Amino acid sequence: MEITNARYVITDPIKNVANLIRATIDGEVWDIPLTVGNRFYDEIMRQVEAGTLTIADAE
Amino acid sequence: MSTLRVEALEQPDGTAFVFNNKNLLINGGMNIFQRSTSVTGITSESYNTADRWKTGISGLGTWTQTRSTDVPSAQGFGYSLKMDCTTADASPAAGDYLQIQQRLEGQNLQHLLKGTSSAKAVTLSFWVKSNKTGTYICELYDNDNSRAISKSYTISSGSTWEKKTLTFDGDTTGAFDNDNALSVFVNFYLGAGSNYTSGSLATSWGSVTTANRAVGQVNLADSTSNEWYVTGIQLEVGSTASGFEFEPFEAILRKCQRYFWYGEIAGGATADDDYSKNFLGNSFPVTMRDTPGITLVSGDMIGHTSGANGVTRVTKDSVMVEWSGSKYRSIGAACYQVLKADAEL
Repeated sequence: MEITNARYVITDPIKNVANLIRATIDGEVWDIPLTVGNRFYDEIMRQVEAGTLTIADAE
Repeated sequence: MSTLRVEALEQPDGTAFVFNNKNLLINGGMNIFQRSTSVTGITSESYNTADRWKTGISGLGTWTQTRSTDVPSAQGFGYSLKMDCTTADASPAAGDYLQIQQRLEGQNLQHLLKGTSSAKAVTLSFWVKSNKTGTYICELYDNDNSRAISKSYTISSGSTWEKKTLTFDGDTTGAFDNDNALSVFVNFYLGAGSNYTSGSLATSWGSVTTANRAVGQVNLADSTSNEWYVTGIQLEVGSTASGFEFEPFEAILRKCQRYFWYGEIAGGATADDDYSKNFLGNSFPVTMRDTPGITLVSGDMIGHTSGANGVTRVTKDSVMVEWSGSKYRSIGAACYQVLKADAEL
């Protein structure tokens, strides 16, 4: 799974808490919930832990 | 009028006869292809064409996967899944492998009584065809307890449909977790390097020894002339194979949509109080396995702009997308968004 351009997304500006990660996965832009068990989230976290991916802060 | 009273119906091996939903696998008849009917250039792990069937691959060739109308004669199947080698690898590295696999949730496998003295056998049956004759391996891999069992089958006649039946003993060790997470891989090997083939095939359940997982497996990747077809895959409780369970298309589709949905939401837009965003939400056709990832494919807020540019909220049950910064005050504007929701294992 090739993952690039990962960054947190804040969809509720009042609560100001990131609840998604937006990333390009195998050429498609995906919005990924911060849910263990979602295969994309699990892979993002695996790559972050391995030091091969960084998640940018929300804009 | 007469009455037929039957206390129990049993399979020949004494296990209970199951009238429906006996197939532990989904889309074994290759009916549902939500993503695509043909994908080229497959070199990495991915869901490509047939729903629920994942390509597990590491380093072993390049493949085109298609929905094929080449099926066993007069068996009732409309399609098969075809793997076609487009870049060969005649000398696999030790860690290379190629599989077609399906991943199963533990909560759907509790009746196998795995990890108890009453653990039940399961039988895998399928139709297969390849020009590459020889030994192939099917494996059940218990992800909860790192245990596995493998069985071999032989494609004996080149380019001829053959039906195969493999029975896997019950495992008295290691219960499956009773949840929506991955418990079992059902793996059809199409090639494997020496890391997987250098031992003795693990034909009984045991802790995983990598070298014993795919011993004897031929290398389907050794020529670009090679192709492999499969359909009619059924995994059922018991030590005998019964006839394939043909289900209505819509029933199979709903089962698949628990894991992946490629569809459209449509309606009238809403907006937040300063009109900085417009929203459109809708429910999924079925509750998904877990909160899915979402990718937006195409859409429109008719008369205003093009597709949504992000997800506002997503749960197992619904998704809401947003048009950020659109500043359209016309609440109720007709809009739609095509998207993919992925909660696959």
